[in-house]
Amino acid sequence: MTKSSFVYVTYIRTTEEKVFQAITDGGITRQYWGYENVSDWKPGSDWKHRDPSTGTVRILGEVLESRPPHRLVISWAFASDSSNRAKRTRVAFDIQKIDDMVKLTVTHDELEHGSEMDRAIHEGWPRVLSSMKTFLETGKPLDTWAGKK
Amino acid sequence: MQAFTCIISSTTDAHKVFKALSDPSRRKLLDLLCAKDGQTLGELCEHISMSRQAVTQHLGLLEEANLVSTTWRGREKLHFLNPVPLYDIYERWIAKFERPRLKALRELKRKLEAEG
Repeated sequence: MTKSSFVYVTYIRTTEEKVFQAITDGGITRQYWGYENVSDWKPGSDWKHRDPSTGTVRILGEVLESRPPHRLVISWAFASDSSNRAKRTRVAFDIQKIDDMVKLTVTHDELEHGSEMDRAIHEGWPRVLSSMKTFLETGKPLDTWAGKK
Repeated sequence: MQAFTCIISSTTDAHKVFKALSDPSRRKLLDLLCAKDGQTLGELCEHISMSRQAVTQHLGLLEEANLVSTTWRGREKLHFLNPVPLYDIYERWIAKFERPRLKALRELKRKLEAEG
């Protein structure tokens, strides 16, 4: 079975702390991502990605590594696949200050090539990161994001 | 002032992206990465008739425009297509112009359904 991986990068004019908070604070993620990321973000803890209006959990996993505000690694699976370890994928967020900008690198790996998750994140991450950048720089999420919900 | 700075810098970002996309060899490199992500310089050179040095230069420009992201696997540098700036451009140049049309369609649907 081939495993695939993706590396997405965006540069944001903000601080490392604000980027880390924008990933881990459900009150913020719901504004630009449409979902709440919920956890205490300690290694070994569970985390959930849930719909704020219905409470339905779409994605979940475990916090694998947490070094605020520079690095966060989580496992990532559809809630419906949570019991199947083979369906677990992994996401690493690396946050690095470069001059007056912050470089956010999202590495999504352990993906089963051609799987539903493989296809979903291919479209999802560019939109989420674009929306996060706009939100952190202007205080507003992307219009298309707001319209999607 | 902050908003002003923001507009200027996002214009610079977009400028780099459009400039990087203006060259057919660089578009070909993006196509190669789209077909297979995470390739080394050597793998990319196999599919394009250009010197290794020219490919390195083109990849450098693509990386500077943030259209290509890289990661190291041991001593190998792997190249990935990074579509995030393309999404920013989609938002800036396409979605905005699509919206009025979608709105018109929604209005039409509402009207027809109200009549029916």
